[in-house]
Amino acid sequence: MGRILLVGRLAVRDLRRRRAEAALLLLAIMAATTTLTLGLVLRDAAGDPYQSTRAATGGPDVVASTARAAGLPGVTAPAKPAGLAGVAELEELAGAPGVVDHSGPYPVTAAELQASGRTSDVQAVGRDAAPASVDQPELLQGGWVVDGGVVLEAAFARALDVRVGDPVTLDGRSFEVVGVAVTAAMPPYPKASCVFPCMNGAVPDGEPPAGLLRNPGLVWLTQADVRNLAPDPDSLAYVMNLKLADPAGARAFVDANGEDGGAPPMRTWNDILEDATELAGDSQILLLIGAWLLGLLAVASLSVLVGGRMADQTRRVGLLKAVGGTPSLVAAVLLAEYVLVAVVAAAAGLAAGSLTAPLLTESGAGLVGSAGTPSITASTAGSVTAVALAVAALATIVPAVRAARSSTVDALGDSARPPRRVGWLIAISARLPVPLLLALRVAARRPRRAVLAVASIAVTVSGVHVLLVLNAFLADQPLAGGYDDAQVEVLRRALLVVTIMLLSLAAVNAVVITWAAVLDNRHSSALARALGATPREVSTALAAAQVLPALAGAVLGVFPGGYALFAAINAATGGDGDRATLPAPWQLLALVLATVLVVAALTAVPARLGARRPVTETLQAGLA
Amino acid sequence: MNDAADTPVLRARGLRKEHGEGEGLVRAVDEVDLDIGPGETVAVMGPSGCGKSTLLHLLGGLDRPSGGEVWLNGRRIDDIGEKALARLRRTDIGFVFQAFHLMEELTAVENVELPALLAGRSPRAARRRAEELLERVGLAGRTRFLPSALSGGQRQRVAVARALSNEPSIVLADEPTGNLDSAATLDVLQLFEGLHESGQTLVIVTHDARIAATADRMISMRDGAFVDETRLTGGTTGRLGALIGLED
Ligand SMILES: Nc1ncnc2c1ncn2[C@@H]1O[C@H](COP(=O)(O)OP(=O)(O)OP(=O)(O)O)[C@@H](O)[C@H]1O
Ligand SMILES: [Mg+2]
Repeated sequence: MGRILLVGRLAVRDLRRRRAEAALLLLAIMAATTTLTLGLVLRDAAGDPYQSTRAATGGPDVVASTARAAGLPGVTAPAKPAGLAGVAELEELAGAPGVVDHSGPYPVTAAELQASGRTSDVQAVGRDAAPASVDQPELLQGGWVVDGGVVLEAAFARALDVRVGDPVTLDGRSFEVVGVAVTAAMPPYPKASCVFPCMNGAVPDGEPPAGLLRNPGLVWLTQADVRNLAPDPDSLAYVMNLKLADPAGARAFVDANGEDGGAPPMRTWNDILEDATELAGDSQILLLIGAWLLGLLAVASLSVLVGGRMADQTRRVGLLKAVGGTPSLVAAVLLAEYVLVAVVAAAAGLAAGSLTAPLLTESGAGLVGSAGTPSITASTAGSVTAVALAVAALATIVPAVRAARSSTVDALGDSARPPRRVGWLIAISARLPVPLLLALRVAARRPRRAVLAVASIAVTVSGVHVLLVLNAFLADQPLAGGYDDAQVEVLRRALLVVTIMLLSLAAVNAVVITWAAVLDNRHSSALARALGATPREVSTALAAAQVLPALAGAVLGVFPGGYALFAAINAATGGDGDRATLPAPWQLLALVLATVLVVAALTAVPARLGARRPVTETLQAGLA
Repeated sequence: MNDAADTPVLRARGLRKEHGEGEGLVRAVDEVDLDIGPGETVAVMGPSGCGKSTLLHLLGGLDRPSGGEVWLNGRRIDDIGEKALARLRRTDIGFVFQAFHLMEELTAVENVELPALLAGRSPRAARRRAEELLERVGLAGRTRFLPSALSGGQRQRVAVARALSNEPSIVLADEPTGNLDSAATLDVLQLFEGLHESGQTLVIVTHDARIAATADRMISMRDGAFVDETRLTGGTTGRLGALIGLED
């Protein structure tokens, strides 16, 4: 009891004594946990609505149709509908081994829908008024099909801004919208499966082949209405929904009843899931890349923070050991401090992540679960907390092991870790003006920290470089990836979130590194001032010591950092880098200059605060 | 008393400590034998660098000897594990350092109760004991102060109170007045005399002849070895005060 109190007290007091450092540590871990939360929530958001839609609608394991796929890239162009001949094939399939239930075949016709001035191609499926056991679309609004009434797929209704009660026309005939529903038998608009020859997404140059549906929406009518709409019975296509004894074996079922043997084309529920969640998948890739970059930055700032405190911690540890603290107690004290920060950072990251997530998922309409805010599952909360704790544990291992190993006497006598001296840097610096001379010496004292500063800026700049490329790509060719405007908007937001996080964490890093340098150099700065350097020269030197690595980092971040990162992303996503426009040279130059200026501005504040401290106070503090 | 005097609180035999190797080898402590009886106050004096601090660290289990043996209350302590040694330091040994070594982020009373909490006492009992001790060292009104708000002498008195927290069998003090001016020195000195009178076993390393004069025994060290040992009749505060002209 007493020992727990002690461990808690030491942790809390130490954090309180260094509020600024604790806050920076918190920010660094929080940026990583927030991004991780977003990534995980998005992963759930991608999978869950489809699963719940599938459960709510008795979703099929395999959808078979009478259409046949052709091999045009980007175009699913079946041969002309097989008419009644195909129906027999479908019915045969319903009796295949492994099929436990089915609905259909249902007739499908292609039509042009007009609603409040907008026109779109649709595939209209004729359904029975009675509910089916397989694929009975779940109504979000209104009722199910009646003669003269049309039910729209939810994402399509949303894109057209059509509601229940609105009048629409199909090939010129009037219908009333009686319902809006979701299904798991087809991906939501604009990713519909092509029962008729159709294409989704980008419009290639030149006229599309005649009769090709473009971004068709899905609507349901009564079977009678579909037959009436069709110009002749032979132009009808048919779809059938199959339920298998083993849903996981859907792929195997399709292979066994092979498409090439003249059997009807089939899609498994996994195929549909992939299409339905493609957008969320793309946003998730962006966030995961972001999380990686942020993770690297967080590690850099943690190393600086933990490293900067090592000397101080060693003294505390020596003291605890001298009054009888065992090695495990000492480790507990060190760990408790970072665990506290990590737990708060995990909670804050989960909160921030779940607040931002709706921005990235809201246009995934067309599935049951996507209407509400994506919620945080226990597994997401668990993973985020675990990662935060792992970071805390990593930050503690080195000092804890050192503490257990170090001689108590040495620890007590320990002044700061003796700075390294890099001889040639000091030799060069002797020929320079005072601030630059001091700056180089500051950097030379802690070469590892200078390397971290360079790395941190390089990571940030290469991230920004890639974001510029992606942004230009989305601006130039919004439909290139098969995205509509709303989806481009979502990807933009994902980019924005990553950019903001990246820049904030980079800013935190710059401040952390400068502050560590200020603390580290306060004694020599005070001495320099005691020997006649002005506070301005000293603070300029400290800021310059950060700006030099920033310049190096910015240049490295553009080349090779940015190019390498972009290539890696293309490799990971199977993307096509040739279509991307690389930033212009002036943009890159501006990026480097802006980085240096921002770092200079950011570091000026702590550097000045550090240089302002009275000389005597600093020199005396060095003695204690 | 007599019975206890037969088993020394602290005993060292052939104690050695070497630093470095080859050309740079330093024998900081060189074949030292020592017995300290219960209630005895021993002063260790000698020029800077003769190995006084090293000896104290070896006796208190803060550092491991290169050779020789150390017994505390009849139990050998130079070969026990790190954990056992830590337990021993918290229950049987009290340290007072020249540089105070208080936890800067803890208040006076929290610093004093630290060893008691480490030893597993209840927070309430630890706090009560800490407050008593602070009153005993004359800091009853300063219990909630952070070390940074205390004078050097006050900090050292907090450190002494902390050393006494678990009623150790022996208190080891390394130049406890080395960082203090003469008024503060007198305060701390009186404190040690009070401890001496109450029967606390004490080893004090010092450069200050006035402090050494209050001990039962004075040992002179040179180059890591004992060169002289004087048995004193024992000083009192009065005599001491007269000696340094600070009596009030
Ligand atoms: N970690 C170490 N490495 C090498 N030599 C050491 C180390 N610690 C102490 N010494 C050497 O051991 C010798 C004894 O040191 P010690 O600190 O015990 O002296 P001291 O008598 O306490 O001196 P002072 O009165 O100045 O405190 C010195 O010569 C010192 O240089
Ligand atoms: Mg010494």
